[in-house]
Amino acid sequence: MSGFSNWLSQVGAVTKFGLMGIPKRGGSVAAAVFGVAGVVGVLVGVLSMAAGFKAAMASSGSPDSAIVLRNGADSEMVSGFGQEETRLIADAPGVARSANGALASAELFVIINLPKRSSGTDANVPLRGIEKAAFQVRDQVQLVRGRAFEWGKNEVVVGAGAAQEFAGLDVGSKVHIGRNDWEVVGIFAARGGTAESEIWTDAKVLQAAYNRGNSYQSVYTRLTSPGAFKEFKDSLTTDPRLNVKVERQSDYYSEQSALVTTLITTLGVLIASLMAVGAVFGALNTMYNSVSTRTREIATLRALGFGRAAVVFSVMLESLAVALVGGVIGAAVACLAFNGFHTSTMNFQSFSQVTFAFKVTQGLVVQGIIWATFIGLIGGLLPALRAARLPIASALREL
Amino acid sequence: MRFLHLIWCNLKRKKLRTSLTLLSIIVAFVLFGLLSSIKQALTGGISIEGQNRLVVRHRVSIIQLLPVSYKQRMERIPGVSLVTHQTWFGGRFEGEKNLFFMQNPVVPEEFLDMHPEFLLPDDEKKTWFRTRTGAIVGRSTAEKCHWKVGDKVPIFTPIWRRPDGGQTWEFDIAGIFDGKNKTDDQMSFFFHYDYFDEARAGAKGQVGWYTIRIKDPSRATEVAKLVDQEFENSDQETKTEPEGAFAQSWANQVGNIALITSAILGAVFFTILLVTGNTISQAVRERTGELGVLKAIGFTNGQVLGLVMAESCLVSVLGGVIGLGFSCLIVPVVGQALSRMLPMFFFPLRDVLLGFGICLALGIVTGIFPAISAMRLRVADALRRM
Repeated sequence: MSGFSNWLSQVGAVTKFGLMGIPKRGGSVAAAVFGVAGVVGVLVGVLSMAAGFKAAMASSGSPDSAIVLRNGADSEMVSGFGQEETRLIADAPGVARSANGALASAELFVIINLPKRSSGTDANVPLRGIEKAAFQVRDQVQLVRGRAFEWGKNEVVVGAGAAQEFAGLDVGSKVHIGRNDWEVVGIFAARGGTAESEIWTDAKVLQAAYNRGNSYQSVYTRLTSPGAFKEFKDSLTTDPRLNVKVERQSDYYSEQSALVTTLITTLGVLIASLMAVGAVFGALNTMYNSVSTRTREIATLRALGFGRAAVVFSVMLESLAVALVGGVIGAAVACLAFNGFHTSTMNFQSFSQVTFAFKVTQGLVVQGIIWATFIGLIGGLLPALRAARLPIASALREL
Repeated sequence: MRFLHLIWCNLKRKKLRTSLTLLSIIVAFVLFGLLSSIKQALTGGISIEGQNRLVVRHRVSIIQLLPVSYKQRMERIPGVSLVTHQTWFGGRFEGEKNLFFMQNPVVPEEFLDMHPEFLLPDDEKKTWFRTRTGAIVGRSTAEKCHWKVGDKVPIFTPIWRRPDGGQTWEFDIAGIFDGKNKTDDQMSFFFHYDYFDEARAGAKGQVGWYTIRIKDPSRATEVAKLVDQEFENSDQETKTEPEGAFAQSWANQVGNIALITSAILGAVFFTILLVTGNTISQAVRERTGELGVLKAIGFTNGQVLGLVMAESCLVSVLGGVIGLGFSCLIVPVVGQALSRMLPMFFFPLRDVLLGFGICLALGIVTGIFPAISAMRLRVADALRRM
């Protein structure tokens, strides 16, 4: 027991030497800290973009809601239904009902060109025609400004994300669609989901404006319970009058986000790994420097009977401390700079814009700190071994 | 040059430190190569052959169709020399479900006339013109799908149905084209508009967008305005812009990637600058005495400055060149792996040169402060410190 506490105090002594020497080696230590901070900052920042995009898509559908598309369509954009088909879907078993009828909304999904506020260049903003049940088949859609549009009029309500990203969508402004001007009468929020990227209006009015006759592109439904999905799906897919694809809204949206999230994550990890290699070299340089400036001290301690293990351990501790400080700085900077940063990107599946906010999650911060720890350990190992192997006699002679 | 040996010996003095510095610079420039390629892939898009082409689309959005009859009206507009159209087919090849490539119905003769950047052998051209169900495809897609001239290929489209309800269309590969330049489209698939229009169930006589060639590129804005005026107050109003702007607007839709990559690059270089700058100034500080001796034996201030600068430039240029060279080697490999997601992934020559400039600048910036302090060193002070 006393052997262990003796060893611990040895580690403490050597580490103290190392840490106290840091101000003298300020430049080299700062370089290592910034190196690690850079890696963690980039990693957390880039991955928070993917996390934010995924979160926007994921919060768009709850498990007891479903979306019906034409068979073979992988997004609403290329799907299509006649009025009769949408009735059959609304009447299917498993669909929840309220006093006003089935909780099913047959919708139209098109895009309009609007300039992005940030760059002024055109973007494909989704414009959705909805039926009255639309507000019940989605979770927590609520007006935050203005009022709801009047059915049958050329009026629209705009998602909070779209209003922020694209120009000309403030309450009271007019959007030119077809031959008419449509007034923006309200702004709605949807818990950060994709609906917030969209502009909503009455499906009937939109059909007329886009010469779509009596056709729709998708049907959104609220089910009686999450378990009712199977019954609902089976009844639709076995109906000879229909040729449809039925999915839970949550599955549909996670499929939609897969491509973009994979791309961002792959690139982010690739860049951060390379930077990590660079940071390991930085840490190695710093620690070799730290060891070489203390050659004499370490040799003296060894001559006094300090063990090799204590020296190795304390050099590793110092390296770890430097890397962790860097990691915390990097994560903090990423958090301050990126968390909640609003932007929009193209969702290639639906050919339209999705607005979302970067999201620095706890998991990402932990991941960043783990990376920093590894950089510290790898960067400290070789210099620590060198310190332990110093030939005591010749090192002492280096006076 | 005389002092190259001296500089080299100075670098060799602390081999470990020099090699670690060199390695971090190499990593930085490999990163630079990858980021430039990513940026190229995301924002460069497909380059535009002529500056003399305009794209005309529906004013409200690209998904809305325009009547095929607009062609005659456009041809009458002064300054317009050729008009052709394309339509989004939006299909996929079931054998390679995740491969994204564009398939568009076009009028073959006009289309090839409009796009001289697509190189197609004469006999394949002739076969395509006379085969009603014929299609031409870019080499990169043909290779990925293992298609050869003469193959019958099924393309499934969720958008276009034939009167019998069928959504799988069959085409005969009549030719495989190459792009004139590396950045030209080598993925797309083009087939006869006549076949398409006759076989589709709805929207007959409607096309996606027009490309027009203008006689005088300097009058592009003017002609674009004339085109839009021609269709003003009709049911299908148009928006006309140069092809370059049209392509760029797609890249912008992805988001401001250029800004994000520059921010990352900035962070990386700041870090590397710190590491190298610190190492070099340390190396100079350790040698204060020696520099004093050099001055004492008659080295001029300028020579000492040059010596230190040469040392820092040598390290960073050496690291930069190795890093850039290595990027040139690995980018094609990474590009191969990412070719489904980012088909235009390559390291542009422009950025290779920029990288070279940056590593030179890095050497100068990191060397300048230690060099100046070495130059200002007074011989007596320096020797006393020995």
